[in-house]
Amino acid sequence: MAHLKPVPDPTPEPPSKAGGKPSIAELERYATVLRIHCVRMVAVAKAGHLDSSLSAADIVAALYYRVLRHDPPKPRWPERDRFVLSKGHGAPIQYAALAEHGYFPADDLMGLRQIGSHLQGHPDMTRTPGIEVSTGSLGQGLSMSVGICLALRLDGLDETAQVFTLMSDGDCQEGQSWEGAMSAAHFDLPNLTAIVDYNHLQTDGTTEEVMDTGDVRAKFESFGWDAVEIDGHDMGAIVESLERSRTLGRPAAIICQTKKGRGVSFMEDRFGFHGKPPSQEQAEQALEELEATYEQQTKALGGGS
Amino acid sequence: MASELIDAAEPQTESIATRQAYGDALVALGESYPEVVALDADLAVSTQSMKFGKQFPERFFNIGAAEANMMSISCGLAATGKVPYASTFAIFASSRSYDQVRLGIAHNGLKVRIGASHGGVSLGEDGASHQMIEDIALMRAMPKMQVIVPADYNQAYTAVIESYERFDGPMYMRFGRPKTPAVYDEIPETLGTGVDVLREGKDISIFTCGHMVWRGLEAAETLEREDGVEAEVVNVSVIKPIDSQSVLSSLAKTGVAVTAEEHRVVGGLGDAIRQVAAEQHPVPVFALGMQDEFGVSGTAEACMEHFGLTASGIADLAREALLKKPIVQHPPIHGGPWT
Repeated sequence: MAHLKPVPDPTPEPPSKAGGKPSIAELERYATVLRIHCVRMVAVAKAGHLDSSLSAADIVAALYYRVLRHDPPKPRWPERDRFVLSKGHGAPIQYAALAEHGYFPADDLMGLRQIGSHLQGHPDMTRTPGIEVSTGSLGQGLSMSVGICLALRLDGLDETAQVFTLMSDGDCQEGQSWEGAMSAAHFDLPNLTAIVDYNHLQTDGTTEEVMDTGDVRAKFESFGWDAVEIDGHDMGAIVESLERSRTLGRPAAIICQTKKGRGVSFMEDRFGFHGKPPSQEQAEQALEELEATYEQQTKALGGGS
Repeated sequence: MASELIDAAEPQTESIATRQAYGDALVALGESYPEVVALDADLAVSTQSMKFGKQFPERFFNIGAAEANMMSISCGLAATGKVPYASTFAIFASSRSYDQVRLGIAHNGLKVRIGASHGGVSLGEDGASHQMIEDIALMRAMPKMQVIVPADYNQAYTAVIESYERFDGPMYMRFGRPKTPAVYDEIPETLGTGVDVLREGKDISIFTCGHMVWRGLEAAETLEREDGVEAEVVNVSVIKPIDSQSVLSSLAKTGVAVTAEEHRVVGGLGDAIRQVAAEQHPVPVFALGMQDEFGVSGTAEACMEHFGLTASGIADLAREALLKKPIVQHPPIHGGPWT
């Protein structure tokens, strides 16, 4: 870490109003905090998918800070909502959220992808508290979530615990995702929300060039899902659609139009950063930008953090 | 402590398929253990999981022709406290959904039981596209995966009950389509270590599994009658993790072995035995099985004969092996009894 310019401890105070939910503006600032963690983690690890983590930061912040019913001291609480990161390569963003909520010490984040650390390159349920199922091979997360929903139904918890699965464009290219979509509708799952972080960039080029997935929203709809499309960086829309998905009583898909590398000017929507860690210089510039955003958001919230 | 479910079961003395035991024992487990759930991929009548489905419809999930989905759904169920029994043909349970089994089930060490029926060429008429002859190799290679191949209905029943009551972690169980003669008179109390000497002998070891076990016993009789050879027949029902001490005991006694399985000679029982031998007691081990070839259509029996997977095939290979048996016997390299 010595090579990185020290950053102020990004941890803001917990939600301002006791017992209240964080506001949209607060959530936006939390998303910046998570992004800062991601840049630091991936830069130190010199490996990892930073841009894929940044595109999902707003969605993950909305989930962990506002939408998910979870209890970090009791990660196996049976009635908890579940979060499954089907796009397992976005692990840093989930690790950041888990650390911020005390699932494990924030210091652990700097061990990402290193020997001896529990923070594997892709989420590992056998090592990291708060990970529901191991992922990383695209296309499997939705099916795993269907299995979780079926088990919750047998336990009489399908109206209590919602299962949120975060997918990527790459996930949508895997045929198995559509097997999962088919079975979720067939089993009439009332508590499954699939979120697609549709950032339009993959390893070899744009999604449209490499393999156009077509109208993903229409595909979910044709399988019998409720499906909406939103701006995946509009915190208000994210929270609203996530909360709405709980009330539908049927599988719900939220297609989030996002930008890869969101929040860092030179990475945003730019091809060539997938799975490529930033150089020291790039990391420092990214942190500068994100810190500035953080200061700005703090000011807008009316005070110091 | 003996299992009540095993004590209560009815042994079969007539020829009957091992997959029937899967269905019957699964129902028994379902009655006793509410966390047991079953899944199938549109083959529930063939795999016999439909018996469970009829009895416990709320705990049975037919996933349709989507095996990869079934394996990942099983992962989700197991991660949420259920014990899934996921069944389909061996071909779809292993090669088609290997990645899903690997990451979702084996990697996580989850207690999921894969009930792979119709293993081997004795599936018969459907031919090469359906005859799985490398599943034992695939599943042996997968970290943490246990591999069980029972010899007959009675042992298969025990295997299914113990898969819940005794074993933890992921497990692949291979069952067969055709009727197969009883090797065990009773439902065995336990699989034990999974290496069971069915007939003692001092001249050569015959290691077998699944449908080849009764053929191995028949081969041993032929060898005794026609050649005066005393062959030891060993049923290896738990191929992974293999009880190497018991394998070694037999090898140390006989000094030469043949293996017989309805599977490729690469990566299966044959290689499991060779591995023990090569590392700890290097004696010749000859494998009977499928060579570098795919299956063909035909009746079960015709397919077995076509590929030489018969009692006479075992006996012939044993005769050949005996010619190459070293005259001087050395003690095992590491441990193991020297008799």
